Amino acid sequence: MNIWRTSKISLRALSRNKMRSFLTALGIIIGVAAVIAMISIGNGARSAVEERFNAMGSNLLFVRAGSREFRGVHSGSGSFTNLKAEDAQAILEQCDAVKYVSPSVSSRGQVVYGNKNWNTSIQGVGESYPMIRNWEVTEGVFFDESHVRSAAKVCVLGSAVKTNLFELEDPIGQVIRVDKMPFRVLGVLKSMGESGGFFNRDDMIAVPYTTVQKRLRGIDYINSIDVSAVSADKTTEAQRQIEEVMRVRHRIAPGAADDFSVGNMADISQGAQEATGILTNLLGGIALVSLIVGGIGIMNIMLVSVTERIREIGIRMSVGAREKDILLQFLTEAVTLSVMGGLIGIALGVGASRLLSKVGGWTTLVSPGSVLLAFVFAASVGIVFGFYPARKASKLDPIEALRYE
Amino acid sequence: MSTDNVIIRLENVGRTYDVGETQVHALREVSNSIKRGEMLAIMGPSGSGKSTLMNILGCLDKPTAGRYSLEGVEVSTLQKNELARVRNGHIGFVFQSFNLLARTTALENTELPLLYAPHLSSSVAREKALQALSQVGLEGREHHKTNQLSGGEQQRVAIARSLVNNPSLLLADEPTGNLDSRTGEEIIKIFIRLNREKNITIILVTHDPDVAAIAGRRIHLKDGRVVREERK
Repeated sequence: MNIWRTSKISLRALSRNKMRSFLTALGIIIGVAAVIAMISIGNGARSAVEERFNAMGSNLLFVRAGSREFRGVHSGSGSFTNLKAEDAQAILEQCDAVKYVSPSVSSRGQVVYGNKNWNTSIQGVGESYPMIRNWEVTEGVFFDESHVRSAAKVCVLGSAVKTNLFELEDPIGQVIRVDKMPFRVLGVLKSMGESGGFFNRDDMIAVPYTTVQKRLRGIDYINSIDVSAVSADKTTEAQRQIEEVMRVRHRIAPGAADDFSVGNMADISQGAQEATGILTNLLGGIALVSLIVGGIGIMNIMLVSVTERIREIGIRMSVGAREKDILLQFLTEAVTLSVMGGLIGIALGVGASRLLSKVGGWTTLVSPGSVLLAFVFAASVGIVFGFYPARKASKLDPIEALRYE
Repeated sequence: MSTDNVIIRLENVGRTYDVGETQVHALREVSNSIKRGEMLAIMGPSGSGKSTLMNILGCLDKPTAGRYSLEGVEVSTLQKNELARVRNGHIGFVFQSFNLLARTTALENTELPLLYAPHLSSSVAREKALQALSQVGLEGREHHKTNQLSGGEQQRVAIARSLVNNPSLLLADEPTGNLDSRTGEEIIKIFIRLNREKNITIILVTHDPDVAAIAGRRIHLKDGRVVREERK
């Protein structure tokens, strides 16, 4: 007896009890759909995180002033005041894996336009900062090198600040007051969306770092240096070169601790992705449990089915069906149930994740791997849980089976 | 010795069942031989061992003592799967309660043994089944399901199923037991015709003397032993 004939027999037997077959397969359908939907949510979260980090610049590095130690007491990170704009210039000139650098000094202040005012973050940066952070200017322009050199009182508005101060009015060329000083608005940045909910990346204004140093805070140091490597796979190389240059510039003896720290976005991004990976596994694992429960449902129904059809089994054996034939027949029924359930479950799971992203606004990502995993698992569940009832059927004694009422 | 004419040879065949501590002897020292084309009736009251004998002859069961050879093959030593092969290739069963698959057409029921026959295409199987159904006079009823057929028709489907593999031996266990006398007679006529025209060896297991009367030889069993043998 070949597989094709066996499948035909199984399909016919299953179609005789359509409602029962459907309910049995439902366990698998829900299990498979859950696996696919859950993994798609996990993967969606992962790709959303990845996308946000990419938006910030995947080849991004940053140099911060280190922790200052005075008689054994450590101050916080960035407490050194020896990070200078010249360090940034040296990194750009001496490290060939580095494409852009921008010194960065931050401050907070009250910005005023007409009768409106707003307290916001003031970021003093270099003219190449938009290239490092993938910023886009939607209206007007970003400030250039000459503005930086002359510590010009110009600014570019984050979209939230623009909305709060200007509403629908065109801000380009207007003058706002920052800590009572007049600043000319050169441009407006494209909205970047909230990052993680802690702070709004659009709620800030960007001004030349020299302006913050000289006019707003009166300092000669900078808080950090933002660097972009020539490409994402050159970040490690860039990091090494930056450390070398900085150690020479700050005259740090071999073996002594650095007075600065270099970090990269790839490491942070990877950490976040690992976290969402754990989430994906957890969700998928819970869903897999429901698939096993579905398998128990199949076993239950197959046992009932074998008992109901003892007479049929006896007839088949009397005309020459071997143990193997009966085993295969019932196993095929169980596998057909689980495979059908698996296919419907795939459709439902993909549909559910589409719906979640459309209605719920979640980022979901159905991966072929998760579909394959769910399907193979469903088929295996059919084989594993179908085997016991099928074996029971095949071991029946033909004489007793024929006599069974 | 015309051994090629003998298809069944029983030598001191016995069958005992273990029931707890004691042994029940369902069949004791049955010896006989059956020739090709013979029509034989096995008679006896219930509990006489005729069902046990039929199960052994039909290769559904194995004797616990003695030897049984079918078509020159010693079947008393075969494994379960080999017995299934023998049933599939050499034996046709007709039961008192028809034993057809429910909600399945006459044609599919008839095809059933061929489903388990090795190396047989489904078109050949279909052809053979149609032929078997026409032999029992069921042309035009091939696609009726079991529950749409009368008792007599169902038994004829069962006979067609038993014929479809060209068996050496057709075993009929009380074939008219569930039928009214007129329908029963029709079934008996089919057996007679198959025996005369196709030279098929038929063994009837019955306690009905009218049915047994058609057989050329009648074996009477009692308490697991052959007590009497009659010839027409």
